[in-house]
Amino acid sequence: MDALDHALEAPQGASLPLSMSRSIPETQLRRQHLYDLVFRNVTRIFAFLVLALLIGILISLLIGSWPALKAFGPGFLVSHEWNPVTEKFGALVPIFGTLVTSFIALLIGIPVSFGIAVFLTELSPLWLRRPIGTAIELLAAIPSIIYGMWGLFVFAPVFGDHVQPWMIEHLGPVWLIGPLFKGAPQGIGMLTAGIILAIMVVPFIASVMRDVFEVVPAMLKESAYAVGATTWEVVWNVVLPYTKIGVVGGILLGLGRALGETMAVTFVIGNANRMGTSLFAPGTSIASALANEFTEAVGGLYTSALIELGLILFLITFVVLALSKILLYRLAKREGTRT
Amino acid sequence: METTAHTAPPASKIKVSQLNFFYGSYQALTDIDLNIAEKHITAFIGPSGCGKSTLLRTFNRMYDLYPGHRATGEIMLNNNNILDPRQDVIALRAKVGMVFQKPTPFPMSIYENIAFGVKLYERLSSGEMDERVEWALRKAALWDEVKNKLRQSGLSLSGGQQQRLCIARAVAVKPEVLLLDEPTSALDPISTAKIEELVNELKADYTIAIVTHNMQQAARVSDFTAYMYLGKLIEFDITDKIFINPGRKETEDYITGRFG
Repeated sequence: MDALDHALEAPQGASLPLSMSRSIPETQLRRQHLYDLVFRNVTRIFAFLVLALLIGILISLLIGSWPALKAFGPGFLVSHEWNPVTEKFGALVPIFGTLVTSFIALLIGIPVSFGIAVFLTELSPLWLRRPIGTAIELLAAIPSIIYGMWGLFVFAPVFGDHVQPWMIEHLGPVWLIGPLFKGAPQGIGMLTAGIILAIMVVPFIASVMRDVFEVVPAMLKESAYAVGATTWEVVWNVVLPYTKIGVVGGILLGLGRALGETMAVTFVIGNANRMGTSLFAPGTSIASALANEFTEAVGGLYTSALIELGLILFLITFVVLALSKILLYRLAKREGTRT
Repeated sequence: METTAHTAPPASKIKVSQLNFFYGSYQALTDIDLNIAEKHITAFIGPSGCGKSTLLRTFNRMYDLYPGHRATGEIMLNNNNILDPRQDVIALRAKVGMVFQKPTPFPMSIYENIAFGVKLYERLSSGEMDERVEWALRKAALWDEVKNKLRQSGLSLSGGQQQRLCIARAVAVKPEVLLLDEPTSALDPISTAKIEELVNELKADYTIAIVTHNMQQAARVSDFTAYMYLGKLIEFDITDKIFINPGRKETEDYITGRFG
């Protein structure tokens, strides 16, 4: 600042050209360059650290699961056997459980979150927005073990006593989906795990959706209202396409939580290495299998098989991410932004 | 307010009487009375915040979207008070189209941008829809520029083209009234000239109300001009009269730039 002030005070007829006369002292310049250099490199290191961590985890998972990879090969993915005594392991059941529970979670969670976000951004009276918004953020902050305990001690008994018998009676005979709702109403099981997961992903998806819906320009929405569209038509045809990247991002965030959720699922899924058509049957997921069995895993192959499960979870997440990118790309193409 | 009687006034499409408008407790419009002539262009001028956009937005009840915004009084459109709570706003907006300050193409193809509004009310075969889209784009003088890229995104057009797309979109649903809220404020002079020319052609079929910050624009395109200030209608008359021989000192000060 001082240098600048002096420069401004310099008489008009000074022999130095203006640009030179306001030059900053050499030492200060050098110091600033140094700071900038340090700053840029620090940020770069942090960024590369993420990449290094990712690769490091992948490599250590590969090394850890190497014995199992060698012993079972690709058959690991399709075998439903999981027998620590005979050391025969297959990942089909946990993979199935993970995918099914996450699918149920999204099937319930996406429409509910969408409804919450639309209500909060388009329909809610102003005084109600903040309390509901805060409630959603608080739900997101509840530790998963609380959801698990609540699911096991409160939700599952009620669900088993009142909802499941109704489902068995009314949905059981329905063509095609009937087999999904057969079996004993035990309260816990795949469906319960899926529902608990849905409750857990809703705050994530809803708050992201609300945030991205809020950035849609008012004028764009008004334009759609101005041709006589209803709120639903505006949201479905204008708001959603406009915010699709954010919405998909929010859904992925929820899916990530659902795929990897451990404690809550372990509490309510039943933890049985079984695979049936009924959603009421107990099952297992990758994360809950890991949580349950790591402590008792004796022997290299057992541990290695569990680590391979972890590797598979990692890859599932990766595939989901890739698929969503492809989806977005194709949407953009259909819309005509790419030709 | 001072209004000079003009010879053989054209039929009124919209009759506003004793209109008051409130944003919560703030009164934005006070006792507005005016008639908007059918198949003519009425311009609203005045400094920022004078209420001209607010007035325009009462004609399609756009303010309904926001809690706390309300209007009292009467706005008759086809002998029907549109401020009546029983008025179906969706049906109203299909009859009263609107174009905004900035181009707002929907995130879809050029074709779909036009078809979107039409599909809400009419069941057209794909052939009829093609015809309607072409008709609307021709009305908006955009057809020749986009006929080979109807499947491309509306966002791929230039700003001026986007605004004409928005006009085509409003025209496509065959409204009776077109509201233009500073339609050229985000455009370059060439695009502005095209839009003005277009507005002039559209008045053969539509009743047009235009809000503008640009007084030359009001003078060039409109048949009637309303000068507003602080939520009141100061003067409303034939455009030539307003610009050549205004009845009120305030109007004269504003249009000659000696405002304030």
